Formats: sequence, C-alpha cells, structure tokens
Amino acid sequence: MSAYTITENEMEAIATGGAFLGTGGGGDPYIGKLMAQSAIAEHGPVTVISPEDVEDDWLCVPVCMMGAPTVMLEKLPNGGEARSALEQLEAFLGRKADALICIEAGGLNSTIPFAVAAATGLPLIDGDGMGRAFPELQMVSFTMQNVAATPMVIADEKGNSSVIKAISNQWTERLARSQTIEMGGSALVALYPMSGAEVKKGILRNTMSLIFEIGKVITGERANNRNPAQALIEKLNGKRLFTGRVVDIERRTEGGFARGTAVLKGMDDDHGRTFRVDFQNEFLIALDEKDQPLALTPDLICALDADGGLPVTTEQLRFGLAITMIGLPCDAQWRSEAGIELVGPAYFGYPQAYTPLEDLPS
Amino acid sequence: MYRLGIDVGGTNTDAVIMHERDVLAGFKASTTQDVTSGVVEALEGAIGKSGVDRSKIDKVMIGTTHFTNAVIERKHINPVAAIRLGLPATACLPPMVDWPADLRVAAGDSGYLVRGGYEFDGREIAPLDEEELDRICDDINARKIKVASVSSVFSPINQEMEKTAREHILRRCPDVSVVLSSDIGRIGLLERESAAIMNASLLALSERTVDAFAEALTSAGLDCAFFITQNDGTLMGAEMVKRFPVLTFASGPTNSMRGAAFLTGERSGIVVDIGGTTTDVGALQQGFPRQAATVVDIGGVRTNFRMPDVFSVGLGGGSLVRTNDQGEVTVGPQSVGFRITEEALVFGGDTLTATDIAVARGEADIGDASRVAGLDADTTEKARAAITTLLQRAVERSRISPEPIPVIAVGGGSILMPDRLADLEVIRPENFAVANAVGAAIAQISGEVDRIFSLENGLTREACLKQAEEEATEKAIASGAAPATIETIEREDVPLAYLPGNATRIHVKVVGEMEGANAVAAG
Repeated sequence: MSAYTITENEMEAIATGGAFLGTGGGGDPYIGKLMAQSAIAEHGPVTVISPEDVEDDWLCVPVCMMGAPTVMLEKLPNGGEARSALEQLEAFLGRKADALICIEAGGLNSTIPFAVAAATGLPLIDGDGMGRAFPELQMVSFTMQNVAATPMVIADEKGNSSVIKAISNQWTERLARSQTIEMGGSALVALYPMSGAEVKKGILRNTMSLIFEIGKVITGERANNRNPAQALIEKLNGKRLFTGRVVDIERRTEGGFARGTAVLKGMDDDHGRTFRVDFQNEFLIALDEKDQPLALTPDLICALDADGGLPVTTEQLRFGLAITMIGLPCDAQWRSEAGIELVGPAYFGYPQAYTPLEDLPS
Repeated sequence: MYRLGIDVGGTNTDAVIMHERDVLAGFKASTTQDVTSGVVEALEGAIGKSGVDRSKIDKVMIGTTHFTNAVIERKHINPVAAIRLGLPATACLPPMVDWPADLRVAAGDSGYLVRGGYEFDGREIAPLDEEELDRICDDINARKIKVASVSSVFSPINQEMEKTAREHILRRCPDVSVVLSSDIGRIGLLERESAAIMNASLLALSERTVDAFAEALTSAGLDCAFFITQNDGTLMGAEMVKRFPVLTFASGPTNSMRGAAFLTGERSGIVVDIGGTTTDVGALQQGFPRQAATVVDIGGVRTNFRMPDVFSVGLGGGSLVRTNDQGEVTVGPQSVGFRITEEALVFGGDTLTATDIAVARGEADIGDASRVAGLDADTTEKARAAITTLLQRAVERSRISPEPIPVIAVGGGSILMPDRLADLEVIRPENFAVANAVGAAIAQISGEVDRIFSLENGLTREACLKQAEEEATEKAIASGAAPATIETIEREDVPLAYLPGNATRIHVKVVGEMEGANAVAAG
C-alpha cells in the first residue's frame, strides 16, 4: 500500500472514527483533533505510510497522552510537550526518529500522533499497538513482541520531564502513572522506541486507515439521516449486540480507574430484554439478562448514540440515553494466549473465560 | 394574584394570563423589530381577553429566543477581549480556536493567554501574571473594547484567580464589563470559555432587550418583578439575564415542553410539538425536558449547556402529500410553511397538504371541508398511515421506558396527531397553541453544582453528594426559591479516570417554586 496524506479537513473523520474505536474510553478525541488541525494548518499535511514501507533499521517511536482524559478537557496541552518528549528520547538514544507510531487507535490518542507528525514532519505509520483503546500502558501488541516500553520520556506543559528505565512494561506503567498524577493528571509521553523490523512484527496494521474509513462512514450515514450502526456492522464484520436505554448507571473508583456498570432496557428488536455492560474506562464486557456474555474483552464493545449516531464514551453515559452496542472482533494477536493474559477478562477481574464474539449467542 | 407568561419567538410573541393553575386567556401577536411593541400587543391582548385587573398581576415570566438568534444570525455581537489564565498549559488551542471565522470576527477575534490557572487538585499551574494583565488592559483601552471574558483552567474547582483577574482589569479599565467563565459553565475549558465569550459579546444586546421588556411592562402599567426563563425551564431574575444572556439559549423548546407538561398534569411523557413544517419531539422526565447527552452546537460553536434532547422530523400541517409512480403516498418533508392559509386545498389553494388529509377524514374542522370531499379514499388512507408512521417513529425514539406513558400534542399542527399511537394514549391539552408562553409562566427556580471532589481525608461519596446538594439548595434559595418546595432533580457522580485519591466529579441540580408564588408546577 502506498503512502497518502491527511489534511486538516480529513482530521474530522479520523477523530470520529477514533472515538468509535475508543470503545467508550480513551477520552473524546475532540481536543486532539483541534491540535492536529492547527498543526496541519501551520506545517502542512501528515504523511501516512504503510508498515511495509518502513526500513528495518529505522527508529520508530509512539507518542501519546497519558492520564485522565477529563483533565485534558480542562488543562489543554501547551502543544510542545509531545515534541519535547520525543526530542529528549532522541537525545537519550543518540539518534533521530524516522517515523512515528500511534499507540492507541481509540479516543484522544488516535489523533495526537497526527499533531506531532505534522509538527515534526515525520511520517506516521499506518497501524497502532491496540486496535482500540485500553486503560494501561503495557496493553499493547508490542509488549507481546517483547518490545520494552522504556527508555521512555514523560513531559508536562511546565517543562518538567523525566526519562524512565524500568524492568518490565508493567513497572513502566506504575512509575509513569504516579509521575503523571504529580504533573497534574495529564502528561505526554514518547515510549516503546523500536526498530522498523519490530514495527513490522508487532504493529496492528492499517488502523489509521481504518479509523479514517469508519469516520467517513459515520459522517456519511448521518448526513443521509441514517444511524451508522448497520453500515459499520457490515463494514467491520461486527455484530449488533443490542439497542437499549440506560436505566441504571453505577460508577465507582478503584485503583485510580473509573469502573462501573450500566443496565440497559432493550428497545426496538430487543424490546423486553435487559442488558448489562461493565467498564473500566473502556467497555469490557456485555451481558444479557441471564448473565450470558454477548462480548468480552479484548473484542471491541463500541457504543453509538441510538438517536444521533455518534460514538458515546463511558463518561457520557447517563440515565435515559439510548445507545446501540456493537461488538467487533479484535485483532488476532489479542486472541493469542499472551494477548488474553494481558487484556483478557481475567486481567480485569471477570470470571468469564474469553470466548470470541463470533462464538457467543446473540 | 395573577401571573403573565410571555414567549418572544422569532415569528410570534404569545402571552397568557394565569391564576394559580388555571390558564385564563392566551393571545398570539407578531414579534416586532423593537421587541417592545410586539410584547405590548400580546400582553394587552391576553389581559383584555381575560378581563383581569392588571394591578393584580404580580409576576411576569418571559421566554425568548432573542439571544440565540443573535448568535445564529451574527447580529448585535460586540467585540470581546477573551483572556485565558492557563499558561504554560493550553497554548496550543487559543480562545475561539474552534469558532466559525465569521462569528470569531464578529466577536473581535482578540484572544489573550496569561500565566495562571489551576491543576485538577487545586494547585496553581503558575502564579497569575499581573504584569501581562496590565499590558492587556492597555491594549483593551487603546482598542476601546468594552467587554472582556476571563477563563481560568479548572476555575469550576477554584474561582479565585478569575476573580483576582477581574479586579485587576477593573482597576485599569473601570468601564469594561468582565464575565467570568466560572459563573457560567462547567468542566470543559473550551466550551466554558466559548460560553463566557459569547455571553460577553451579548451583554449590550441583553441590556437593551431586558430594558425593552421592562419598558413594555411599564408602558402597560405592569409594575411588578419580571423573570426570564433559562435553558432548563427554570427562571432567572431580569438583572441576571442582563449579566448572563447565554443562559436563555434553549428556552424555546424547553418552555413548550414544560408548558405541555403543565397543561396536562403529566410529569413523564412524550411531547410532540407540531408546527407548519416540522415536528419537535422530546421526552419529559419529572416534569422537565430530558437533556441532550452529547455536546450541543449554537451557531457553529460547541457548548456544554444543558439543552433539551429534541428530535425534529419534517412533518407539519403544511407538509406536501404526494403520490409516486408506484402508488406510494409520501408526506413531507417539503411544506408550504406559513403559506398554508393560501395554498392548502381547504383554504382555497391547490396544494394537497397534511392538513387537507385531516379535514378530509373528519379529524379536523378547518377551512372549507367541501373542497376536500372528493379526495380519493385510498390516498387519504395511505397519507394518514404515512403521517402516523412518522409520528410513531419520532415518539419511539424519545420513549424512555416500555411503560405506557402519554403522548402530549401541542402546536398549531397537532390536528395531525391520531388519538392513539400504537399502545400510547394521546393527550391534547386546551390552549395547546400557546404552550410555550404557559411554560414560561410556570417556570421554577434552580440551583446547580458541578465540581470535582476529592474523596480523601475520610470524605465519603455520600458526604460529598450531600455537600453538593446543600450548596445547590443554597444557590436556589439565594436565587429566590421557596425552601420548602426544593427537590433534587439531578444527582450524579463521575469518578475521574486514571486518578487515584478518588477524585470524582459531582453534578447536582435542585429546583423549587418561586418564593411567594401560589401557583405550583405540574405535579
């Protein structure tokens, strides 16, 4: 696949698609979209290249935001943090990066690499480390390919930064998480420096193109007064889990994460049924009234506003809101033993064994 | 004592006279350029029809779409010095970054970034840079800007820095009006800041408009307090509206839904407001319109105002009825609109409209029924079915629960509504045409808290919710609510993702009847 460019206007679709693959978490990509749009307006379009076009000896670096997306809605970045983190990582490694990687093709982090790519002029590789959003730093395909998250640089808007070296990606998560909090709840990071060869081995392919496509489908369907659910299901080989209205929402904070459960009463074809979805920032499990799973992490559970057709985040869930839940099969890498160990139901404390979406009852 | 409710819309100005729970009279007039004369005509009409002694009217409530229309039409907008306290954070997205260019230009396109602001936990990002504020003040004076907005990062958790900045500005620029973002909005810097800037840009218009309302009332010999309805159907004092015109942005649909709730006594239901071209459908919960979940756009600007979740379909009394080659009958979305009184068959025209179908089927008695007597029964049958399907779908979208809740039909086009929609009963209140003026007349007083709480040092979630509720109640009482009538209508908490220390965002809203008002709202 050849390289292509993303312009200011096209960021709209990227952000909408990123919100959908955010599976309810990862924050609203609106701020990231605006940042990318202003960087593109100033420096020109972003070039997206295929992983196959990456040279094996290239240095490729993911850049992303870490912390609470809600904080980012209030304390907007300075704009220079991600670039500063990248430059410090380059200085530490003694070489310049050749390409950027998106770590998380869902939520705010689906758009931030576009802003950095525009500002640095570096190409962005068409793929990411999650194929969706996940709450923790080690939850990437690169961890399964034994790529170390460190050396990593974390930077805030005040000019503070630090280099982290850790013995495992889980340790990186712990150390970086506590620094993020001290920095005011959000920070920008450059991490998982890797070679082009490692990119080709570990990256989940073509997800930047995918969110672009998803965004175009959502925009196009809405422009024609159709809810995008059906078109997305067909395009993404997904499954309509149910359409329902939130009748109860319970949230609690555990270990610094927003965990919760939403109970939904079925509507339309699902009239008379009851459903439950659990989340830890992202939607992790969807169950029917008999507690039978309809979809389980790492398969994607995506929510669309049943009326307006736009992606809905877990923080937007409220009493009375009607949503259509869509299940999408996750990348095959997540369905491996290592993948299930990293992000399967058991890691998040659910007793249910992972069963692929396709094998679950409707 | 009596209450006067007035709705100043883009086209019509309506007035109603109420006594406790009774609507004594309603009157429709045209909205005028100067606002005042339209209001006078409507209120004189209503007073005359009711025969009430005007000296016994002790409260006037006004709903208006005037300020929303000003933003949408980019009219009467003044230049604003938009000052943000947040550097070194926030520099990447300056004030008004996501506004349409024409509106940004109308609002002066003057954004200033200053060191300051808070972290989520209340620490300062940087101390307030007062020297920079001095330079900005010089610029404001040199450019003769009359209004300023101040928005600090995380001001909803701490308003101090915004207040300090305002005092500082007023010392150097004593004639400038300063709007603080923390007085207007919730968490979400860009949306709150945009609201503060829009508010500042509308201050001169709101001053003039509120004065025009006052003048209309005075010239009609009404010497009493008057209030204006805000987005969620609750009231603000006239002086508050002069300061916060943006808070009236969604009062139009809100008043029509609240009016429908009142006229029927229903606290939950689906309100269907059928006009000439479109039908607005919304859900009532506890007597209030259900709010939209996602961010609402005003004139192209993203805001986080609480707005009713209204769904519109292209169906109204003037909708065109057409038969295609396959013999299928469609209704709308095209409409003859306000020309219905000339173009519909029953009014002597030659266009088949939805109203003609209702008359032909004997469901409505409007115009000359003989002109539709010859209509083909198959066509009227199919058109009726198409209308019912459109309404049913719209109602289903807004339906909250499988329980059989009523459908309330208001608006001039509500003759199109059948007596039942599937399993739902349809209610047609009296005075349906002036439901929004009624909504204004029965509005309540509210108090709201939306802030991040830290559940540390032994503080429990319940204790924080209770504290928020008490603060909201105090705010409502300070705004004029009768303490005994106050009830909580919203109470939610959202733990902040990824943050330990159990930071949680709590949102509580309470409402109560206006102090001294005998009338009570529905329920």
